[in-house]
Amino acid sequence: MNFKKTIFSALATLFLVSPVLAELVFPSLSYRTGPYGPNGIPFADGYEDYFTLLNERDGGLGGEPIRVVKCETAYNTEKGVECYESTKGEGSLVYQPLSTGITYQLIPKSAADSIPILSSGYGRTSGRNGKVFKWVFNFPGTYWDAASIATKHAMDMSGGSLEGKKIALVYHNSAYGKEPIRTLEALSEKHKFELSLLPVDHPGQEQKSQWLQIRRERPDYIFMWGWGVMNSVAIQEAANIRFPMENFIGVWWSGSENDVLPAGDAAHGYKSLAMHAPGDNFPVYDDMRKFVIDKGLGAGDGSNVGTVLYSRGMYAAIMATEAAKTAQKIHGVSKITPTMMRDGLENLEMSEEKMAAIGIAGFSPTFKATCENHGGQGSAAIQQWDAKKGTWSFITEYMNSDASVIEPLILADSAQYAAENNIKERCN
Amino acid sequence: MSADFLYTIEVILNGLMAGVLYSLVALGFVLIFKASGIFNYAQGVMALFAALTLVGLQEGRVPFAHLINAVFGTKVHHFDWTLPAIAAIIFTILVMVLFAVLVEKLILKHLVNQEPIILFMATIGLAYFMEGFGDLMWGSDVKTLNVGIPQGGSLWFEDFTIGWAAEGEKFYGMYVDLLDVWAAIIAISLVLFLTVFSQYTKSGRALRAVADDHQAALSVGISLRVIWVLVWSISGFVALVAGMMWGAKSGVQFSLSLIALKALPVLMLGGFTSIPGAIVGGLIIGAGEKLFEFFMAPIIGGATENWFAYVLALLFLVFRPQGLFGEKIIERV
Repeated sequence: MNFKKTIFSALATLFLVSPVLAELVFPSLSYRTGPYGPNGIPFADGYEDYFTLLNERDGGLGGEPIRVVKCETAYNTEKGVECYESTKGEGSLVYQPLSTGITYQLIPKSAADSIPILSSGYGRTSGRNGKVFKWVFNFPGTYWDAASIATKHAMDMSGGSLEGKKIALVYHNSAYGKEPIRTLEALSEKHKFELSLLPVDHPGQEQKSQWLQIRRERPDYIFMWGWGVMNSVAIQEAANIRFPMENFIGVWWSGSENDVLPAGDAAHGYKSLAMHAPGDNFPVYDDMRKFVIDKGLGAGDGSNVGTVLYSRGMYAAIMATEAAKTAQKIHGVSKITPTMMRDGLENLEMSEEKMAAIGIAGFSPTFKATCENHGGQGSAAIQQWDAKKGTWSFITEYMNSDASVIEPLILADSAQYAAENNIKERCN
Repeated sequence: MSADFLYTIEVILNGLMAGVLYSLVALGFVLIFKASGIFNYAQGVMALFAALTLVGLQEGRVPFAHLINAVFGTKVHHFDWTLPAIAAIIFTILVMVLFAVLVEKLILKHLVNQEPIILFMATIGLAYFMEGFGDLMWGSDVKTLNVGIPQGGSLWFEDFTIGWAAEGEKFYGMYVDLLDVWAAIIAISLVLFLTVFSQYTKSGRALRAVADDHQAALSVGISLRVIWVLVWSISGFVALVAGMMWGAKSGVQFSLSLIALKALPVLMLGGFTSIPGAIVGGLIIGAGEKLFEFFMAPIIGGATENWFAYVLALLFLVFRPQGLFGEKIIERV
């Protein structure tokens, strides 16, 4: 009995006198399994590796070590919500679910728990309205920005007018894929083009019907909101019916190496939107290799470094950590809380100088979040695939979306959400 | 002829060829169910594993490279060699035979005389194990599969049919994908091979005897274990063919294992025990779902194929619960 008491006392003393290790917790709601795993893996690798880089190179953020809490969602909404519930108690500062479906489910939960959500380039578009969505951020761009910029590019290709043209939207038949429809309908009214909608069911392995319809209707442009195998099958089918690849434009989630490589040379000329530059020609990658990959500390084996989705994950981590730095500055403490993190996100500015200091000069559009605007200026560039070189390259500068179409839609959607959920507008 | 009529024919034609691809997956299920009464949940994963192995061997990838690198700190990914498609196919068949032997030795042998539901559960476990094992062995990246099968719309067929429409009609010729045509040829050859094998070879006859009556087959000296290895090997070969065809369309990646979902309505419709049933079922499902999408998508919004295939199968089940070609089960009390 005495022995047990002694052990218990020793453990209790050890526990009580141990210094509490302050940590900044960033959950990684990743998916490395399931049909969307091939895309989830490079994203998660990039996301987690950037935190490792900061820990190894800078000793964390403002002297606080970073801890990444991983949870596998398998791109499944129910599992994503379970991940949120099981990790929110760890002191999680911000959630980036990498799934529009999961984001929709977490929006009310995160507001109730006072933990911000950053859904960069996905999720609920009207979350951009900070007056209604206090805890949601979606910079640097939203799906509605993407739809507008793709339309703008098609218009440039058509000599400035889309009147009488046909645009087909091939989309993943999910919350994600349906997100741009509203904007495209508004844009089709404004620019007088004919819009046809072609849903593809999960996972998108079989799309013969949709492509036979495209072949019959002969649209001038095809936009694609796909994810996973749906993208590569669509690109192959487009090549099969000899649709001109330069008129086939995917959203930024339909523009990775995984999407074009299976189609081989047939994918040459395919375009997609891009919220950041392709390739690894940025100083941050040298540090990534030196401090993380070469030391064997990478989340993966390093073969993904510099691919589009690895860079996307890294960029998501960069925005989160820069927001955390902003929060530390605003509140004058290094150990920030989720509420402070929200303040950091709301005051985040990604300027050229800041990006140069991080080692990503020119990597992504500049933006500044405000109380009202949680989505930045809504910019994206167009990139094109060169099958011979096996590389993506930018063919346009970053373009802004058509605010005259997007803003009224965002206001209408967020006003509806505010009315349904009894939310009082802020920032007044 | 009117363009609408010709487009309807085009949809049926493409539906039939898509159906052949579904049949390829369904065939694997039928073979195992017929010989052992096991509904093999792992059939889709077997197609994925076979395709992964084929690409891995073709490209000279080092199996378990990630594991080796993580444990030993090495950086090995590829051997110095690559294999021509035919050699890679042969080696993959051998791997699938080895897989069949291991399944028999490690799973089936221990479950003899168990309820079918136990065997079914075992195949669920096998499916999940194979998913992880395949990833660990060959990596989870999307792989390009090229075994030399031509792909893309047939220009010849387009030119041949373009004049069929009446003047002034907007008709661009009929579309058929060469890969689908090859898949149909390969599927027909496969069915012929399986028929000849089961009718005219000793092993095939033994297989049929086991399918008819396990006890009677055992009493005349047929080894159930050998038959199981044989049937799982053939099923592995069918999975390889299905994996090759589907993998050539989309690249080899995890979602290939979900093609099994496309085979289920085919099995419900054609019957779980009939090879011709798998083929005819596939054709009906393929053509039916494509026609429904063609006519109904403009009205109800599209993406109907996944659920309509099951509705169609259920409709057939109302009239023939055992499927079109399935054996009628008569149980005497």
